[in-house]
Amino acid sequence: MNVVVCVKQIPDPADPGQMDPETRTLKRDVKLILDESDSYGVEMGLQLVDAAGEGEVVLVSMVPNNEVSGLRTALAMGAGSAVLVSDEALAGSDALSTAKVLAAAIRRCEADLIITATESSDGYTGTVPVQIAELLDLPSATFAKSIEIDGDVAKVQRQTEDGYDEIECSLPCVVSVTAGVVEPRYPSFKGIMAAKNKPVDELDLAALGIDPATVGWAGARQEIVDIAEAPAGEAGEIIHDEGDAHERILAFLDDLKIL
Amino acid sequence: MATEQALADEMVDAVRTWVDRDVIPNVADFELSDEFPQAMFDQMCDFGLFGSTIPEEYGGLGLDITTYTRIIEELSRGFMSLAGLLNTHKIGAAMIGRFGTDEQRQRFLPRMCDGSFRAAFSLSEPDAGSDTGALRCRAERDGDEWVVNGTKMWVTNGMRSSLVMLLARTPDDRITCFLVEKEPGESFEGITVSKKIDKLGYRGIETVEMSYVDHRVPHANVLGGDDGIGHGRQYALSALELGRINVAARAVGVAQAAFDAAMAYSQQRETFGRPIFEHQAIQFKLADMATKLQAARLMTYDAARRADAGQRVDLEAGMAKLFASEAAFEIASDALRIHGGNGYTTEFPVERYFRDTPLMIIGEGTSEIQKLVIARKLLERFPVE
Repeated sequence: MNVVVCVKQIPDPADPGQMDPETRTLKRDVKLILDESDSYGVEMGLQLVDAAGEGEVVLVSMVPNNEVSGLRTALAMGAGSAVLVSDEALAGSDALSTAKVLAAAIRRCEADLIITATESSDGYTGTVPVQIAELLDLPSATFAKSIEIDGDVAKVQRQTEDGYDEIECSLPCVVSVTAGVVEPRYPSFKGIMAAKNKPVDELDLAALGIDPATVGWAGARQEIVDIAEAPAGEAGEIIHDEGDAHERILAFLDDLKIL
Repeated sequence: MATEQALADEMVDAVRTWVDRDVIPNVADFELSDEFPQAMFDQMCDFGLFGSTIPEEYGGLGLDITTYTRIIEELSRGFMSLAGLLNTHKIGAAMIGRFGTDEQRQRFLPRMCDGSFRAAFSLSEPDAGSDTGALRCRAERDGDEWVVNGTKMWVTNGMRSSLVMLLARTPDDRITCFLVEKEPGESFEGITVSKKIDKLGYRGIETVEMSYVDHRVPHANVLGGDDGIGHGRQYALSALELGRINVAARAVGVAQAAFDAAMAYSQQRETFGRPIFEHQAIQFKLADMATKLQAARLMTYDAARRADAGQRVDLEAGMAKLFASEAAFEIASDALRIHGGNGYTTEFPVERYFRDTPLMIIGEGTSEIQKLVIARKLLERFPVE
């Protein structure tokens, strides 16, 4: 059971990054960490490999400057190896370019299953998982809360607003995993030491056979035309109980579709 | 051997992340009720913390003292008792590694790496602590065994441990260290946990009184073999030297937590229409707290680095322990004052820091004992020709 997990290395959200006013994109020349939303996919992949009793988790990541610090975290958790794609021509890549590159890298792995997060914590397009599936001509399932492998089939519980759907996909397939559905393990100290010596296959566009003109700024078909500061949080509403507080709170929660 | 910096940073980061996510939000749920922190202990085992300083040839990770010190600091920032789960074990492993025979190292160290076979350290008695000359627990030779009788006090991890590094008086009237193997629990053969000690702070981790009545220990379990008879005091004091760096690191961790709490609170709490941080009285307190914290940390790291470099640290470890523990007590006290009435409630964690910091002043040699030791070492190092 070989599980490819796509992981993104992003600027630490606890140390808010800066936007480049010229390109209107996030500056990525800082230390990068494993996107927390990908840690759930890594955990799920590790559990599936454990359950299968053979195989490994292979990480696939596209990143500037061959950065590996975030990959090391996932390798320390237990992933066996990584494929890292880095090329100056990839700067400015939109979601489709990213999917093209990841798909090309995934083709080099003999994957039984490809896991992604539902969306990254810095870009939030949420479109890359299904684009990868389309480019690889594979079935896909989104918003998985659990994955179980049964022979040549992945049984996926897919979260919906009202509950979950139970669906089946023939393997290989692409499944995006919802954040919070498993408890990602902490890397053990032995894992941290072992991660240093795990193979990381560093590739550029030439190695993947991708024309630089079709990706990055040159190939982008999506343009960020404007960026704005997030609005400041508004003051909350204080409800004083005059006998009807519970009804007003219920109505408030109902408006938010929490109930 | 020094641990590679990048790896050390990753390990400390992993512990820091865990402390922030899973320790700090949950401590208050069980600390006051003195429950053993089982889930936290399990994660510490999963990290590999119990074998962290045991040499790689025995299945450990062989981390250096500086890295271990940073980890202790992080654990203590979240919950100081977690550092106590490790400390007696590390003292035991260090004593076996340094003074045990080859056979003892092979027999014990590989079992001590995963947390399933933990060590306690037992020197103190009801009427003896740093004054080892007053020890009354006795061991008499009987063929291939020793028969132990006596009462030991302040045995941290005494009940849940599988191995007790026991200091007892042998017929030569000197102190010998025995490797006492036992089943975890309230009694085993001639050993009884005669009392569980209720403490001001340092809760969740057991500190017990243990009684030995005709308890038999194989001669093969005399630390250091035949050559170790009568050398227990020297072995224990050597191990306590590293233990003092550990206590200093705990003090730095708790002091950091107290400072962080005070810094945050002072910017949120308003009096007279402005955050209390803007009042000079509070600013002066925080400036003093930050300065003491920085000095305590630098002294602790300096002692750890010297120990890693193979230098003597009897003086530096004592100084770091003395300064850091007193600083932590003062910082925790000031953090409580800055919190005003809220600081006196269990709604805020500063009352726990205030209860925990006296342990570092008293444990492993009081401040007064540290001063005596420091003065004695000063005379050794700087004699008039």
